[in-house]
Amino acid sequence: MLAASRDFMANARAGLANENLQRALGRARTGFPLRRHLAVERLPEFEELREAGRSIKDHTLEYLDFYLEHYESNVVASGGKVHWAGTPAEACAAVLQVCRSVGAKVVTKGKSMVAEEVGLNDFLDANGINPVETDLGEYIIQLRHEPPSHIIAPAIHLVKEQVADTFRAEHRSLDPDRSLVEPRQMCDEARAVLRPRFLAADVGITGANFLVAETGSSIIVTNEGNGDLTQTLPRVHIVMASIEKVVPTLEDAATLLRLLARSATGQEFSSYTTISTGPRRPGDLDGPEQYHVVLLDNGRSALLGGDFQDMLRCIRCAACMNHCPVYSAVGGHAYGWVYPGPMGAVLTPSLIGVEQAGHLPNASTFCGRCESVCPVKIPLPKMMRHWREREYARKLSPPVYRTGLALWAWVARRPALYHALTGLASRVLGWAGGYRGRFRSLPLANGWTKARDMPAPEGRTFHRLWTERSR
Amino acid sequence: MSDARERILAGIRSSLGRGSVDADAKAQLRARVATHRRNQIPARAMVLDEAGRVDLFVAMAEEVQATVARVPSLASVPEAVAHYLATENLPAELVVAPDQNLDAVPWGVRPLLQIHRGRARAEDKASLTSCHAAIAETGTLMLMSGRHSPTTLNFLPDTHIVVVRRDQVVAAYEDGLDRLRANNAPGKLPRVVNFITGPSRTADIEQHIELGAHGPRRLHIVLVEEPEAMRSVEDDGQRGELAQ
Amino acid sequence: MRVALFVTCLVDLFRPTVGFAAVKLLEEAGCTVEVPRAQTCCGQPAYNSGDRADAKAIAMQVFDAFAGYDHVVAPSGSCAGMLRLHYPELFADDPVNLARAQALAPHSWELSSFLVDVCGIEKVTAQWDRVVTYHDACSGLRELGIKSQPRQLLASVAGLRLKELPGAEVCCGFGGTFCVKYPEISDKMVTDKEADIVATGAEAVLSGDLGCLLNIAGKLFRHGRRIEVRHIAEVLAGVTADVAPIGLPRSG
Repeated sequence: MLAASRDFMANARAGLANENLQRALGRARTGFPLRRHLAVERLPEFEELREAGRSIKDHTLEYLDFYLEHYESNVVASGGKVHWAGTPAEACAAVLQVCRSVGAKVVTKGKSMVAEEVGLNDFLDANGINPVETDLGEYIIQLRHEPPSHIIAPAIHLVKEQVADTFRAEHRSLDPDRSLVEPRQMCDEARAVLRPRFLAADVGITGANFLVAETGSSIIVTNEGNGDLTQTLPRVHIVMASIEKVVPTLEDAATLLRLLARSATGQEFSSYTTISTGPRRPGDLDGPEQYHVVLLDNGRSALLGGDFQDMLRCIRCAACMNHCPVYSAVGGHAYGWVYPGPMGAVLTPSLIGVEQAGHLPNASTFCGRCESVCPVKIPLPKMMRHWREREYARKLSPPVYRTGLALWAWVARRPALYHALTGLASRVLGWAGGYRGRFRSLPLANGWTKARDMPAPEGRTFHRLWTERSR
Repeated sequence: MSDARERILAGIRSSLGRGSVDADAKAQLRARVATHRRNQIPARAMVLDEAGRVDLFVAMAEEVQATVARVPSLASVPEAVAHYLATENLPAELVVAPDQNLDAVPWGVRPLLQIHRGRARAEDKASLTSCHAAIAETGTLMLMSGRHSPTTLNFLPDTHIVVVRRDQVVAAYEDGLDRLRANNAPGKLPRVVNFITGPSRTADIEQHIELGAHGPRRLHIVLVEEPEAMRSVEDDGQRGELAQ
Repeated sequence: MRVALFVTCLVDLFRPTVGFAAVKLLEEAGCTVEVPRAQTCCGQPAYNSGDRADAKAIAMQVFDAFAGYDHVVAPSGSCAGMLRLHYPELFADDPVNLARAQALAPHSWELSSFLVDVCGIEKVTAQWDRVVTYHDACSGLRELGIKSQPRQLLASVAGLRLKELPGAEVCCGFGGTFCVKYPEISDKMVTDKEADIVATGAEAVLSGDLGCLLNIAGKLFRHGRRIEVRHIAEVLAGVTADVAPIGLPRSG
C-alpha cells in the first residue's frame, strides 16, 4: 500500500473536521475500552498472562531462525509449501505464481494486514485477477476504494448511512427501492452478495494471527466465519503472514489466544479460532487441495537485536489504538499506511523509513495508555522516543523546534541566567496578564492561544519569592 | 525463492549477532517444542468436577448466544432437533455429518425430518455434527475436520447443530489439545481444528453486533447427558485409520 | 527528614503558590524543606524531543543540586517520573552517572505519593466547601502508580465532595511540546476533557500536574466556564482562600 504518512498533519486536520468520522470515533472511543475492561476484570490471571505472553514472544524472537525453519519443515511434512519473501514484490510474485498455476479467476480474501502492506490487491488487479474481500469491513472499504483505518475493524471510520450509500451504488442488480437502514439489513445483503463468490472461488487467501512451529499450522481468529469459508471452499489456500507470527507450540498459541480477543474486542474468545495444517487429507470431503504459506520479512529481521525488537511481539489486537486519545481524535487514515495508532507509530517508520513516517511517533503525548493495555507489554512510548532520537540525530525535525529547544536547554543549564530570565518573563507576563489573570492571545504562542486562554504567571518566580522569604 | 529464504535467515542471525543456533541449543529448543508444556491455566478452567465443567460450559455457551438443549440420551436427539427447527420456524431438513458417532441416532422416530449425510451443499439450511471436545472455559466447541466431519458443515448452513456428549466436556483449551494429540498420530493433525464460540457475528457497521455475518446465524448445542452414549467410536475409528 | 523541593519549571514560572503549598504540606508532615537554588528543569522537554545530550546535561545538574537529601519531592508526576524512571534509562551506558541516577531515583517522589506512602499522612486539616472532580495526570498515573493517594487526601478535606471524572485517566492533550506541535489534535483532546468535566457538574477541577491544569484552565476559560482550576497541593494545604484559582486575577 502506498504510504501517505508524510501528510499526517493535513490528514489529521481532515479527520478532525470529518463529522461522520467523529461520530464513528466517538462511539469507538468509549465502547472498546469498556468492553476490554470488563473482560479483564473477569479474568483474575490477566496480568500474569500478559507476562507469559511477553515471555513466549521474547523467547521466540531470540531463536526466530530456528523456529521458522522448524515451522517450515512441519508445513512441508503436512503437505504444504512455504514461499519465503524478503520484499513486497517477492510476496506478490509468489501469490500470483500460485494463482496462475491453477488458472485462478475468482480469488476470495480474508482480512490480512500483510496483504495490505505488500499491496496485493492492486498487484493482482493489475495482473488480471480481482480478489474479493470477504471480511465485512474490508468488503465495504474495497467497494469504496479506501484503505483500512483500523487493523481489526477496517470500516470503523464509517457511519451506517455511508455503508448503505455504498451498497446502493455498488449492488446494482438489487432492488433500488429496498430498505437499507439498519446494520442487520446491510449485513444480510453482504452475506447474500458474497456467498456466491465464496462458492466460486478458485483460490482463498487469508492472513494468520499465529504460525505454530510445532505443527506447521496457521491460526486465524475471526468472528464472521469468512476466513473459514475463504480457506475451505477453494482448491487452493494461501496464507500470508509475516515472520514474527511464529510461536513455538499450540500451548503457547493458547496462552496468546487468551489475551487476544479480550484485548481486541472484550470477547472471551472470538467466534472462530481455526488451526489449519496443510491441504485436505485423503478421505476428507472438503478442504483445499493445495496449502501455501507466503512468509514475509519486509524489514522485520532488521529490527531484531535493536531498539525496536519488542515491536515484533505485537499480536495485532488493536488495544493500543482503541485506547489512544490521538487515534480517537484523528482516525486511522491520518497515519497514512496500513498500521495506525501507537503500534503504527512505531512499526511504520521501521518498515518504510522515518523520513516518510516521522510525524507518527511525534504525534503522541506519551500518555502511556497504549503500553498499559498492550497484552504483550510492548513499551510503545519508549520506542516512539527512540524514533525521535533518531530524527534529532539526523536533523529531521523542523529547524524552529531544534533551535528553540537548543536555546532553552542552553539556558536551563545555567541556573543563574535561567532564574534571571524567568524572573523577567514572570514579571512582564504577570503584569500584562494580571488584570484578567489570563491571555486571550500571546505573541509566539499562537499554537496555544488559538484554542485556549493562557493563564498568566503570578508575577514573581518561586525562586525569587523563596529567596525573598528566606531573607 | 530459496534465495529469499537464505537472505531472511541470514538477516535474522546477523541482527541477533550470532551464527546459526548451535547443536546443544537446537536440542533444547526441539525438546521445548516436543514437551509443549502448558503455560498458566486460569483458575476458572481448573474446575475438576464433571458436573461443574458441564454447567460452566453451558453457561458460557449461552452467554455468546449459542442455545443449549440438554437431553438424556442419543435416542432423544431427533426429537430435540425436530423441536428446535420447528421453534425457530425452520424447514425440517438437515445435513448430518457422516460421523460414525451419529450413526446410532434413531432418525426414524422423526420421519418428517429430512436427513441427508455428507458435506454441506450450497442449499443446505441446517447441519448437524458431533464435536471433538467442548471447552468449558469459554463455552467453546472443538471440531476436527476429517472424512466423518467435513468442515463445510460448520460454516455453510445458516443453522449449525452440534451434538455434545457429557464426557466430551473438558475444562481448558489445553485439555482439548491433549485430546487432539491423543487422537491423532504425531505430526498428523487433521487439516483443520475449529474452535467455535457462539454463532457467526460482526460489529463492522457502527459496532452493532449482528449475528450470522457469513457463518451460521444460529448455533444450537444438544448436550447428551448419558455418559458413554457414543463411546469413542470416532476416537478408535480415527486412530485405526492412521498409519502408526 | 531533610527534603529538597523540586520546584518544576512550570510551578516556578507560572504558579509559585503551588510550590509554597507543597512546602507547607511537607513541613506540616514533619520534614525540613530546602530548595536547592541551582535547579531549573528536569530535562523532560529535551528528553522527549530526542535530545539525549541536553537531557543528560540537565540531569547531571540535578544530581549535583539534589545530592545529600533524604528525599526529593516534586509537585508533579511527570517531573518525578523523569527522576525516578527516566534518569536511570538515560545513563544506562554510563556507569558513573547511572550510579548517581540510581541513588536519586528511589528517593524521588511526587508530592501526594510522598505524603501518603512515605510520611504516612492519612488526613489533612484543610477545609474547602466544593464539589470537586479530579484529573489523573498521565505520568503520575502510569509511571508512578498515583491514583489512590490524592483521593485519600482529598477525602479528608472538610466540606469537599469528590465526583469522579469519567475518562479521568484519559490524556488532556497537554503532552509538553505536543500541544504546540499538534495544536488541533491537542485542542480536540482538551475539548473532550472539558466536556467530561462539565458533565460532572463539579465546581472545581484539580490535578497534580500544572501542565495539565494550565491546559484545562485555558480551555475552560476560552469557553466561559466558571469552574475553578487548582493544583491539589493548594487545596490540601488549605491556601485556597488566599490565592485565586488558575487563570483569575490575583487576589491579596
